[in-house]
Amino acid sequence: MIQKGEDLLSGGAAASAPAEPGLVGRGLARLRGRRFLVANILLAPTTMWLVLFMVLPLLVVLVYSFGSRGAFGDVVLGFSLHNYAKVFSPLWFPIILRSFGFAAVATLLTLAMGYPLAYFIAMYGGRRKSLYLILIMLPFWTSYLIRTYSWIVILRSQGVVNTVLTSLGVINDPLNLLNTRFSVILGLTYGFLPFMTLPLYASLEKLDKSLIEAAQDLGASRLWTLLTVTVPLSLPGIVAGTLLVFIPAVGDFVTPDLLGGPDQTMIGNVIQSQFLSTRDWAYGSALSFSLMAILLVAILLYVRKVGAEELG
Amino acid sequence: MRRRRDQRIKAKGLRVYVALVYAFLFAPIVVLVLFSFNNSRRNATWKGFTLKWYSALFGDSAVLDAFKNTMKVAIIATILATIFGSLAAYALTRYHFRGSSLYNGAIYVPLVIPEIVFGVALLSGFNAAGLGLSLKTVIISHVAFMVSFVIVVVRARMSGFDRALEEAAMDLGANEIQTFYLVTLPFMAPGIMAGALLAFVLSFDDFVITFFNSGVGNTTLPLKVYSMVKFGVTPEINAISVFMLGISSLLLLLTYRIQSGERRTVQEPDKG
Amino acid sequence: MAKIDKDLRLLFVQEAERPLTRRMFLRRAGAAGLLVAGSGWLAACGGGGGDTTSTSTGGSSTTGGAGPTTTAAGPTTTRALDKQLNFYNWSDYIAEDTIPNFEKEFGVKVTYDNYSSNDTLLAKLQSGASGYDIIVPSDYMVTTMLGLGLLQQIDLANIPNVKNLYPRFREEPFDPGNKYSIPWQWGTTGIGYNTEKVPDFKPSWDMMWDAKYKGHITMLTEIRDIFAVALFRMGEDINTTDPAKIDKAKQMLIEQKSLLKHYTSDTYIDELASNDSWLSHGYSGDVFQAIGENDKVAYAIPDEGAVIWVDSMCVPKDAPHKYTAEVFMDYILRPDVGAAISNYVSYASPNQAAESLVSQEIRNDPGIYPSAEVSQRLQYIKELGDATQLYNAAYEEVKAA
Repeated sequence: MIQKGEDLLSGGAAASAPAEPGLVGRGLARLRGRRFLVANILLAPTTMWLVLFMVLPLLVVLVYSFGSRGAFGDVVLGFSLHNYAKVFSPLWFPIILRSFGFAAVATLLTLAMGYPLAYFIAMYGGRRKSLYLILIMLPFWTSYLIRTYSWIVILRSQGVVNTVLTSLGVINDPLNLLNTRFSVILGLTYGFLPFMTLPLYASLEKLDKSLIEAAQDLGASRLWTLLTVTVPLSLPGIVAGTLLVFIPAVGDFVTPDLLGGPDQTMIGNVIQSQFLSTRDWAYGSALSFSLMAILLVAILLYVRKVGAEELG
Repeated sequence: MRRRRDQRIKAKGLRVYVALVYAFLFAPIVVLVLFSFNNSRRNATWKGFTLKWYSALFGDSAVLDAFKNTMKVAIIATILATIFGSLAAYALTRYHFRGSSLYNGAIYVPLVIPEIVFGVALLSGFNAAGLGLSLKTVIISHVAFMVSFVIVVVRARMSGFDRALEEAAMDLGANEIQTFYLVTLPFMAPGIMAGALLAFVLSFDDFVITFFNSGVGNTTLPLKVYSMVKFGVTPEINAISVFMLGISSLLLLLTYRIQSGERRTVQEPDKG
Repeated sequence: MAKIDKDLRLLFVQEAERPLTRRMFLRRAGAAGLLVAGSGWLAACGGGGGDTTSTSTGGSSTTGGAGPTTTAAGPTTTRALDKQLNFYNWSDYIAEDTIPNFEKEFGVKVTYDNYSSNDTLLAKLQSGASGYDIIVPSDYMVTTMLGLGLLQQIDLANIPNVKNLYPRFREEPFDPGNKYSIPWQWGTTGIGYNTEKVPDFKPSWDMMWDAKYKGHITMLTEIRDIFAVALFRMGEDINTTDPAKIDKAKQMLIEQKSLLKHYTSDTYIDELASNDSWLSHGYSGDVFQAIGENDKVAYAIPDEGAVIWVDSMCVPKDAPHKYTAEVFMDYILRPDVGAAISNYVSYASPNQAAESLVSQEIRNDPGIYPSAEVSQRLQYIKELGDATQLYNAAYEEVKAA
């Protein structure tokens, strides 16, 4: 039987959570202390790893972001906020908007494709569940670059799509599919589809099919059941999936590079070029931290709003 | 039984849709496989069938070395990240302690960092610490960004966990560790598997972070492919990809066999 | 010239047959003693005085250890040549037997890794010790790396074959006298075009602004290369630091943007080959690859002038096996070795002594070996130090426009 997230996380919001009924009787304080200890032991490897190999290195970059560019592209350390002032230059507004727009559309598309897919595997996969999952992952056991190049072969003016359409007489002149907004969004959708599907699957798989059948037996239409029973129960999966797609998609640079045109530059390309072409690491660092801050705030708002149970 | 057949028929539309999604997923792969047989130095136009790229591939020890490096990194990093991430996800959903909401938010930081920033930052860090670059530094850096993905996926699974199940087991006399193995872990399993699959792909396909944090002779397949692509994608690169696909599907099928064997014995009861 | 050539070939044959003849042994020993002492000092110096760097593994310590104990000549020489050489080069940029032959002859194991752009190479080096002994950056990048203190001076005494270079490659503006760099291969940056789709082609950068070909034009992604095109078209110095001129070039590039298919430094090869791109700003050798696929593609060096580039072997400052790297460079400068590379990769060799061994087909191709008259119009991109920021800022405006 399925319970909704909130009740078991009820203790979360307030630190003074009441102990679970089954455990009443043991000392509350002792319990809390022990819980803290166990949680920390379980978290220890991750904490250690993230502090040593994520937080500390990022501090270096944070220091960079207050410096400036030397004559040959080195970082001259200092303390100046001018890089951050430059971040909010109107130059980047359209690019930032575009990045968020592309990522949002791609997230919706992956959801539209991934949800039925995950639902199907979870509900009708039977013993072949793992096989279906593996089939989703299989294309990604190649290189991102190669898959993207394959899309070029499919989309280009004498590519697969245009050749088929022309020979069928649907069109006379080849469609301009490549190096457009369309091709970038398609590339993003394709590239991040598994990041949507897998968390959705993980959360749909635990749904009790009898619950859904019960709803239908009671006369609910299938759409109604889906909207009122299935979707709410799989909300944690939707939250996780949208985040896993949206965040990396905002910062992607390979897809717009290969599938985009001159007008499809995304913020990831801008950051990338600060580290590689213009070699202004200080400015690149400031841009990155600003993007990270914006994204983190967006994530927190999103999680608060949609998936309250995600945060304790 | 009848109801099940009803469901089957009703799911027809869904089946068609799902088939289309799979077709979308495999479209570029079909192209890739086809062009690996192209008798031309480039992918640009079809110039006839050949197997020469495959024979070139198997004569190319650099590619085979790169494949070995890639697998070594991906397997070790996936195992570490999956264990760490699953434990963390368990702790974060199961226990609530002071600072846990901060921790929950911090999990997203690695997802948010632009790859290149992380790559450069880690490299500077390794250098400052006097750690020479090697496959170890590659594995370390992979685990650092993969862990969050695993946590997010496993947590999505865990957040619907009915704790009454654990309590029931304890009431029946199981201790905490037994409870974890017999009740909690089987429940987490699909989430762990999904997380591990994602983690593996992330490591297997990583270019930017690997580029910065690999040492001499640590070329992985993505590094190899990116450096080759400078001069365009050749059918040889396609052949490499097909080779990767072949080996990995073989491995996957094997694990699938083992897993589905286990599932029949372990997971069936809790369904009932 | 021909005589030297024959001498060298003779020498090579001997060396190939008997890895260490007595003559070679002695000849190398003299220089080696000095050098090893030198590199030992360098290693010690790098370890102590260098900034955050700490060299990766055993390599440097063997060199360092060998230094003080080596006497000027004698049997210790074998120790001078390390067992290992770490070579970091562009991919597909070497003949198939270049490295195996070197390994066989000198008993050195070469680890050969590849990168795909100057920028990524620099970013990696800039973040710390990479462990490589030889890297192959392009001309202006040599200046940049020198400016950042990432390279160390080469001991030309260990590279007698440097005399095989064409005079112009011994006096390159970015490194006169080859103190830090030994040229590997060179080429130009021009226009690859489709003779059928662009029947009115003329060798001018104006073609890249021809609205008739909208959506079929591509430009490279390298900032200075793009600005060089606009500046050539304006008839200006491509290394100008005059903000007004850079601004005008920027306007020109913004105007061009709507005509472009995209900016690309790699996919245009395929696009030229598949008739998707008709006018591509590109590297000579890349375009030749497209020509090999599609005989309607041709390469032109515009009349207004074009960028010449040279990729050169350099030794990073913390290279663990410097002497071995120099021996390798000397080996590369042998006429037959240099010619074999050119014959394989279809770029021009900077090695004059190799010229007669380069295949007719390549040598007579004006796109690869431009005539003296065209060569006059070729210019290097120079590292401009702080003024680079002018270009960077202008480029960002182009990108965001």
